Amino acid sequence: MNNPDGYSASAEVGSVRKRRTRAERWWIELKKAPLSAWFGMIVLSGYIVVALFAPLLAPYGEAEVFPTPFGPWDEAHRFGTDQIGRDILSRLIYGARNTMGIALVTTLLSFAIGGGLGLVAAIRRGWVDQLLSRTVDVLMAIPSLIFALVLLSIFKPSVVSLILIIAVLDSTRVFRLTRSVAVSVVVMDYVEVARLRGEKLSWVMKKEILPNIMPPLVAEFGLRFSFVFLTIAALSFLGVGIQPPTADWGSMVRDNASLIQFAQYDIKAGFTPLLPAAAIGLLTVAVNFVVDWFLHKTSGLRDEH
Amino acid sequence: MNTSNSHGRGHGSNNSQSHDDQPLLRMTDIRIEGFSDEQWHPIIKGVDLTLRRGEVMGLIGESGAGKSTLGLAAMGFARAGCRFTSGTVEFDGTDLLGLKEKERRQYWGTRIAYVAQSAAAAFNPAHRLIDQTIESASRSHVRNDAESRADAVELYDSLHLPDPENIGQRYPHQVSGGQLQRVMTAMAMSARPDLIIFDEPTTALDVTTQVEVLASMREIVDKYNTAAIYITHDLAVVAQMADVIKVLRYGEEVEQSSTRTMLAAPKEEYTKSLWSVRSLEKPEQRSEDFILQLKDIDAAYGKTPVLHGINIDLPRGKTVAVVGESGSGKSTAARVVTGLLPQTAGSVMFNGDELPPQLSDRTPDQLRRIQMIYQMADTAMNPRQTVEDIIGRPLEFFHNVQGREKEQRVMDLLSMIELDESFLDRLPAELSGGQKQRICIARALAAQPDIIICDEVTSALDQIVQEGILKLLLRLQEQYGISYLFITHDIATVKAISDEIVVMFQGKVVEQGLKSQILSPPYPEYTELLLSSVPEMDPEWLSNLLNQRDRVL
Amino acid sequence: MHPVLVTIVKRLLLGLVTLFVVSAIIFSAISLLPGDFGEAVLGQAATEETVAAFRKELGLDKPAPARYFDWVKSVVQGDLGTSFSGRSASGQDRSRSVVELIAPRLKNTLFLAGVAALIAVPLALFLGLTAALYRNSWYDRSVNVTTLTTISMPEFFVAYVLILLLASLWPVFPSLSTVNADMELGERLRRIALPAITLTLVIIAHMMRMTRAAIINLLASPYIEMARLKGASRSEIILKHALPNAWAPIATVIAFNLAYLVVGVVVVEVVFVYPGIGQLMVDSVTSRDIPVVQACALIFAGTYIILNLIADVIGIVTNPRLLHPR
Repeated sequence: MNNPDGYSASAEVGSVRKRRTRAERWWIELKKAPLSAWFGMIVLSGYIVVALFAPLLAPYGEAEVFPTPFGPWDEAHRFGTDQIGRDILSRLIYGARNTMGIALVTTLLSFAIGGGLGLVAAIRRGWVDQLLSRTVDVLMAIPSLIFALVLLSIFKPSVVSLILIIAVLDSTRVFRLTRSVAVSVVVMDYVEVARLRGEKLSWVMKKEILPNIMPPLVAEFGLRFSFVFLTIAALSFLGVGIQPPTADWGSMVRDNASLIQFAQYDIKAGFTPLLPAAAIGLLTVAVNFVVDWFLHKTSGLRDEH
Repeated sequence: MNTSNSHGRGHGSNNSQSHDDQPLLRMTDIRIEGFSDEQWHPIIKGVDLTLRRGEVMGLIGESGAGKSTLGLAAMGFARAGCRFTSGTVEFDGTDLLGLKEKERRQYWGTRIAYVAQSAAAAFNPAHRLIDQTIESASRSHVRNDAESRADAVELYDSLHLPDPENIGQRYPHQVSGGQLQRVMTAMAMSARPDLIIFDEPTTALDVTTQVEVLASMREIVDKYNTAAIYITHDLAVVAQMADVIKVLRYGEEVEQSSTRTMLAAPKEEYTKSLWSVRSLEKPEQRSEDFILQLKDIDAAYGKTPVLHGINIDLPRGKTVAVVGESGSGKSTAARVVTGLLPQTAGSVMFNGDELPPQLSDRTPDQLRRIQMIYQMADTAMNPRQTVEDIIGRPLEFFHNVQGREKEQRVMDLLSMIELDESFLDRLPAELSGGQKQRICIARALAAQPDIIICDEVTSALDQIVQEGILKLLLRLQEQYGISYLFITHDIATVKAISDEIVVMFQGKVVEQGLKSQILSPPYPEYTELLLSSVPEMDPEWLSNLLNQRDRVL
Repeated sequence: MHPVLVTIVKRLLLGLVTLFVVSAIIFSAISLLPGDFGEAVLGQAATEETVAAFRKELGLDKPAPARYFDWVKSVVQGDLGTSFSGRSASGQDRSRSVVELIAPRLKNTLFLAGVAALIAVPLALFLGLTAALYRNSWYDRSVNVTTLTTISMPEFFVAYVLILLLASLWPVFPSLSTVNADMELGERLRRIALPAITLTLVIIAHMMRMTRAAIINLLASPYIEMARLKGASRSEIILKHALPNAWAPIATVIAFNLAYLVVGVVVVEVVFVYPGIGQLMVDSVTSRDIPVVQACALIFAGTYIILNLIADVIGIVTNPRLLHPR
């Protein structure tokens, strides 16, 4: 070899990157996570535990009615009873399961629709892309809460119609994001290499594209979940969302709203309608804190290159 | 180049008269660290640098040598994510690192100016060129606004910009890259700084444009007797610009001496190896046994025609280099061969049979026999797949090899490209530039192709690494008789690897022939321009070339 | 024609097409209503004649496209149809025209949204710019966490907290925002104070974060580093180098949030029983008064489309590439 420095390909210095397992990298990230992210993660796990074990944690049944409506906070009913005498605490606990469950199913559905179509549009391009993109443009020209209201005035509010309507409306945003991140991956040379090899569309999607668009999609899942959650809560609050007797935080706020006028006389009663509202707020705050940190992390990684 | 301080410079010339013997810039024991992957890594490991007034220093080195970081350090500036850990930057008697950022800013733009690599990105799209040109000058109150504007027009004129009176009224997107780079030089010169940092200013330009930009930069630096630090990885370019050359490697100084001494008698082994890179040359061979023939190919992107009736013949087991500037259609020709861009007329003959134009109409065997390697190995590998996945997939797909056998074949391929099995489970991010390109070569080899299309495969790499890749490609050709269609804009690479050369210009083939024919006179006009624009390692080359061209005109 | 004008005209036409399609979607909603329409509205007890008369009045005997064009024609002429409420099985008709129902309420809603926007937009821009300017300072961090928290709160939570504090415990403002046409401006403002504050809090957070992000995004550009190396100070960098390039994203941010305001109004009006179009829409959804729902949806969607159109036009006229073509 005429290179006196003893050049060898395998000795070439790569980028400064220490080899670590995935678990090690996660642990390093977690240790560096800001307080807000830790707060979010702890709160979130609390909510999940409550939702999973609702029947064990709740002192009474979801729709169990007691004789005193608007009962005060006491030993038997920690947070009093509602307008027809149901235990507020129990309904709060069941509400976690119902409200979060419905929001989760809706978000999953909206990702299945929006994500799938977004990928197809990004890879196929051409008229398929045009058709889907223009449809989405039009659907997004109507504010989704308003659109949902119009649809709910036609189809009677039920859990199924609620999930379908919100999922379809929300999938437009998922479509846009998926399409745009996937388009930036589709133009990469390694996708071209796969096409030149004659790989099938499904293989290209699964092996080449999906793994590379996961981080923004995961972050978006958090954001969409909290948005869907707030939309359902707002609809229930307006009386056209989840219907009684299913316990749900949005309608609980509505049902107990009048108690707030009595705050001067009984401060605790004044707090009652705020409890479910705070439960909604705390959950979305927690999700947003975690997502904010995650976005910061993944976009930071992108800056390195 | 004279080093006396004879010209009346705007600013700083008065107080400097007394200590003319004192250097303009003295950097001592500069150490800089960068933060990545959760830890601080040294980037500059204790470099000294001294620059006299009016002197031009060339900083050369490969990527990762720390030349840009050192250049910016001369301004007392470290990019986000970097920090100084020791050292002093004494500029005209003041230690810039000892100043507060606000005080340091008084020097930036007015006494030390910076010329960035990508002019298109470094200009603010929202403002007119002239407003950006005079920004520093008006801030420092050297001249009033009207004077600055008049001066800017003069600078444009001396940088040979077309229509100097009005070009400043344009916006950045309205002028070409080469012109923008010259406007940026005018911008740096506007406040008549004592020192300009040129950070790879011509790297992004085409070779024929580069010559003019280099010439006008050198002229204006001479005219105002400005000191400069010229950062580049191209030895031939630095030879035209610098009085002294400093060679950097891994953040350390290798050696420094005057340009002539450095070119004639480099002391260190590393420097010598940089010089020797250009000596590689394959002996050419003629052959009439064509494996691939492009016949009267027309192609278009949408309605824009790109190729006009081109003919290219590739002999079996030989290398045909396709040269031309960006936009000449050489990559488009490759896309036609691969089937990514079906031609609008003409035919591609492979082993005597016509290849279907559409990718989807080709058989797996046809796909297997033509492989492609890309310029950017970074984007040609899925960042989430390991080396084993990347090389293993074509084995699995074309040859239906699985399990243990596949692993064994991948290891064989790794040894073919001079890497070992420790690379099996690495991700692309854990490889160096040269290693990445080798993995891409292995992936192409895995298919056992007849032809490999190489699209600028070495142009993103450092010169020593380039040489390694070129040697590997030559060896593989010898062993397996693979034919290469080698697309490049770099004449040195062409000399190294090709048997035949195709020169392309504006979507047409100017000529095809044996290397020796094409590279010796008489040339067609365009080939002449292209060949004469390639910088040579002679410090007089640029001056001679300009004299020659003047005489012709 | 100047390319900017061409682009704007194209964008306007696109907006018009969108509005047209949106109106078609909203209209076709009526045909989707399951079951017999007349019976659904008039009740089981309605006689066949009254149902037939009602169907004829709605034009249900005509094919859908014809009905759509009739509807568009009357909408363009300012006739949004007649409300379903007030009709009864006996065929008695005390219904009112939709325009008559909506007009005063639309005025109220615009007043409330206008007041909220007037406070929120300048405040949010100021906070966003300063947060970008003092990036990573304690100021930036605290603004960041605060706004992230307010963003996540449902409007009704903010609203009820405000009621609890400012109406119930310390009665400064009324908790019910009843207004009528001949109220003086001062009194009117006092009545809408709580809903206006609620809306402001909700959109200010969004707008501020997006403004900050738009500016910071630009700060990573090479031309900003160049400006630094030319000796520009922090404020010069933000105001002279970043801001001129940020108008388009900022305009989008403002339009987006004003559009969001329009939606947020619905919930807030219900909480404070404010006689606006949002509350009317919710009531009509509950009572399935389709013509009113359609009219409200059309107004909301129209506002939304127009706001986005304005943002796009601002983006076009501040883009030097379009303003100064090669």
